[in-house]
Amino acid sequence: MLDLLGVPPQALFGQLLLGLINGSFYALLSLGLAVIFGMLNVINMAHGALYMVGAFVAWLLLTKFGLGYWWALGLAPLAVGALGLVLERGLLRHLYSVDHLYGLLLTFGLALMIEGGFRHVYGVSGQAYPIPDLLRGGTNLGFMVLPSYRGWVVVFALAVCFGTWFAIERTRLGSRLRAATENPALVQAFGIDVPRMVSLTYGFGVALAGLAGVLAAPIYQVSPMMGTNLIIVVFAVVVIGGMGSILGAILTGIGLGLLEGLTKVFYPEASNIVVFVIMAVVLLLKPAGLFGRER
Amino acid sequence: MPDRADTAATMLEVRDLHAFYGESHILHGVSLEVRRGEVVTLLGRNGAGKTTTLRAIMGMVGRRTGSIRFAGTELVGMAPHRVPRLGIGYVPEERGIFASLSTAENLMLPPVVREGGMSVEQIHTLFPNLRERGATQGTRLSGGEQQMLAIARILRTGAELILLDEPTEGLAPVIIDQIGVAVRRLKDRGFTIVLVEQNFRFAATIADRHYVMEEGHVVDMIPNDRLDASMDRLHARLGV
Repeated sequence: MLDLLGVPPQALFGQLLLGLINGSFYALLSLGLAVIFGMLNVINMAHGALYMVGAFVAWLLLTKFGLGYWWALGLAPLAVGALGLVLERGLLRHLYSVDHLYGLLLTFGLALMIEGGFRHVYGVSGQAYPIPDLLRGGTNLGFMVLPSYRGWVVVFALAVCFGTWFAIERTRLGSRLRAATENPALVQAFGIDVPRMVSLTYGFGVALAGLAGVLAAPIYQVSPMMGTNLIIVVFAVVVIGGMGSILGAILTGIGLGLLEGLTKVFYPEASNIVVFVIMAVVLLLKPAGLFGRER
Repeated sequence: MPDRADTAATMLEVRDLHAFYGESHILHGVSLEVRRGEVVTLLGRNGAGKTTTLRAIMGMVGRRTGSIRFAGTELVGMAPHRVPRLGIGYVPEERGIFASLSTAENLMLPPVVREGGMSVEQIHTLFPNLRERGATQGTRLSGGEQQMLAIARILRTGAELILLDEPTEGLAPVIIDQIGVAVRRLKDRGFTIVLVEQNFRFAATIADRHYVMEEGHVVDMIPNDRLDASMDRLHARLGV
């Protein structure tokens, strides 16, 4: 029986898997934040609330309309993305000409209102969301049992992350997005409708949060405050990875999830703060973040 | 390709153009016109409003009043992203090469707005330096190559009018000659060009007419063939 530093392998791999799951959520959420920050220069404090909305849309689809997980996986991100479009067109847009802090304050206020509204209607206790039939059960890998749904979350989240990375870094549309991040006025002077691109970017970024919410629904309980706890860590991930860096957000998200898992095995007391310790160290040594470019 | 048969037609007509950045009033009633197929320069000292005139045509200033008509269409009041779609290409002063894009991506960035643009192959024939540099990060090209790229990417789009802001700024004489050859070739192909230039000798070798600007207006117009005769006047204006 292999025994790593006095830790049974089941505990080690169990925590690593948990870390990988958390890391997948960090990556999906920080990716959306990074995309939004890159294009809009807005730190989207409403991201956690919109993640929660995604989970609630899934739960409502199931309980009110009988539409299951696979429907939710498509419809909830669309609904959250549409909500994002409305928020950007109706509110955020008017703040681009003033200091970026106003965008942060606005989205923070929105988060409080959205979460408050859901808490008023649904209360603080969580709602259970069943794992879809197709993904029940698990596979015995020999050293541990891998629950199918968790494996699916990791694979699907990573596929979405790297798909997004590919779309931004390797396609024509992505090159327009990168150019508009750098010099929106000039991109506009080439005939590209930058304001529409900004709206769609915000919509897409929050749709990723909505998608993460659906993925989370069967793992965590669907509750109005589910985004609040998560989002603080996600902001730390974005800062460590480098504001606006796509690949940085993905890799840092997964890396920190794993690191958190490892800390839980070897020094559980530090597991809740390890991300923030790393953030402090990174900020001291490399203020633009691990993958960020100094502006 | 732009139609050269119709050379007498006015392509761009600017009347009493005022432009503002926030509270500052930069252009004070600029009027000028450019005929199809012409190369026209805007000369003037720093701060005379040459760059702002180009930016105002593109809708890149805070506010503008007066009239800018391109091929009969009024541009004042039009959304900025619609202006280039009429067939106006803009090559900005700082070249505007994107650091996060490769050379090829920079070249392919501006959407094709109408038929008749140059093919990538034709562009590479005009600017051989850009060939085989596609994978290089845009801002890692030399200054001259970046300038060529900034011009090249507009040629793909089918724009008929090109606004060219100081293409020789900061470049070595041998590179300036290369840019000059390219701009003349564009003129031969029938492009209409508005050129902002500090390098007076460069401007004299390609332009048909020169507008002299001072403090936000046009104060003089000199046809290129009258340039020698107007030297004293021009020197007084430009202080060169």
